[in-house]
Amino acid sequence: MNDRSALRDGLVLAALAVWAVPFFWQALTSIKPDAALLAVERLLVAPPTLDHYRAVVGKSVMPAALTNSLGVAALTTLLAIALGAPGAYAFARLPVPGKHGLLLGVVACTAFPQVAIVGPLFMLLRALDLRDTWLALVLADTSFALPLVLWLLAGFVREVPIAVEEAAQIDGAGRLATLGRVVLPLVAPGIVSAGLLVFLMSWNELLFAYTFTATEASRTVPVALALFPGVYEVPWGDIAAASMLASLPPILIVAGMQRWLVRGLTAGALRE
Amino acid sequence: MTAGRDDARAGRLMLAPALIALAVLAAWPGLWVLWLSLQRRIPVFGIERFVGPAHYAFLAVDPRFWNALKVTLIFTFASVTLEFLLGIAVALALQGQRRGRRLAVALLLLPWALPSVVTGRTFEWLYHPSAGLLNFVLGGAAINWLGEPVLALPALIAADVWRTMPFVALLCYARVLTIAPDIYEAARVDGAGTVATVRDITLPLLRRVLLIALLFRTLDALRAFDLMFVLTGGGPANTTETLTVYAYRSLFQTLQLGFGAAIGVVVFALVMLVAWGYLRAMARDEEAA
Repeated sequence: MNDRSALRDGLVLAALAVWAVPFFWQALTSIKPDAALLAVERLLVAPPTLDHYRAVVGKSVMPAALTNSLGVAALTTLLAIALGAPGAYAFARLPVPGKHGLLLGVVACTAFPQVAIVGPLFMLLRALDLRDTWLALVLADTSFALPLVLWLLAGFVREVPIAVEEAAQIDGAGRLATLGRVVLPLVAPGIVSAGLLVFLMSWNELLFAYTFTATEASRTVPVALALFPGVYEVPWGDIAAASMLASLPPILIVAGMQRWLVRGLTAGALRE
Repeated sequence: MTAGRDDARAGRLMLAPALIALAVLAAWPGLWVLWLSLQRRIPVFGIERFVGPAHYAFLAVDPRFWNALKVTLIFTFASVTLEFLLGIAVALALQGQRRGRRLAVALLLLPWALPSVVTGRTFEWLYHPSAGLLNFVLGGAAINWLGEPVLALPALIAADVWRTMPFVALLCYARVLTIAPDIYEAARVDGAGTVATVRDITLPLLRRVLLIALLFRTLDALRAFDLMFVLTGGGPANTTETLTVYAYRSLFQTLQLGFGAAIGVVVFALVMLVAWGYLRAMARDEEAA
């Protein structure tokens, strides 16, 4: 019985590992010499090399793109949480006229197709002379990050027992002080969850970044990877190495902060 | 009484920054695109005038538009259906998992968390006609997956299912973990087999989370852009050109801002219509329950 369940567990893990093969194959490709990439048989037996990583780090726009992506994703996350946390608290706890309609509007914002608002955003950012800057991308990404943060955090705030807040208010704390000293520390895990989701979305975002950037000054990782240049032929090994670098933050988050990520992912859907 | 008035004031103050930001960055562009779609705007030729519903009238008889709509709907239907069948199967398989749960969830999260451009580049390499892993596994076939008009869309759908099936699986798995084990114990005592247990206990309990996942996934599939943009660019022969790709090409490759906006509005309307339909269906579902 025990052996059988161990075998079953192993088979499920093996099946999931097979599902992830495309990623592992890209990882393997990134450490094989160019000459071995012409055929799978050769790729499998060729000795590993770090040539592609050297090329990508030393001679491509990837290092600049990694900096840009990190900056844009981190700033978007901070801005969405700074604006979203007080707003979410107000949605969850305070009497706001027309609250139901406003909340519905916020949820509707999460469904906006990027391709529909990219034109007007382009004109807005051009008018503000923000093209090819980090700020342009931070503002554009906030359009999808902020509604998500508002929605998720409002749910997490509702889970805080109201008695905790009432105690703080009896002690004379105003709403802002209650939020800052009592509620925010209690929903900190929720903020981490929402922050991770928003960071990933911003890190992965292509359409806005492709449209609003023009040079190394603001081009993010997805744009650099989508435009990865090849002189005579497609540099599959370099692209694979660049893919691995682009995947590094998501991998670290999946490996190290799985619990928070899953909580954010399931929070909206499992709440009754 | 004063506390109530103070609370109302605090509520407005706390909400104002977020709402102002959303008004400028989402609501205003969402309304402006409607206005834009009624204009002919081609900046390179200095053209900018009001044309009313002319773009929509053109779309109504534009074969490329109807093709893009068809591709969008096929992509959405096929992709979401496969994700659900596979995702539910994975969740059920994980239900009995004792060891390696963390590893299992990590393996699932990986494809979902990667940038879609990485997925695009990865599958481009897997699909390579002569050096790709897929043709090698198929015994040295020389199939041009992304170049054949009949194969490109299925190849694209496969890549999308790869990265989004885990979302459905994880949502179902999270729900499955909350089911009390004694329900299954009782069913076992009553002599219910595996199939009956899944059919009569697990799936009905998953109903709500599946409906919500269906909403999220359908909206995302209708709005999908990155994979087709990177993997096929809409080709070959427009067989993978979705509405989003058609809109983007019109906006920023042929620089017809008004016309591209009109296609964007159609995507917008489609998404809102589906969301509205789902919410109504779910409200009725809850009344019935």
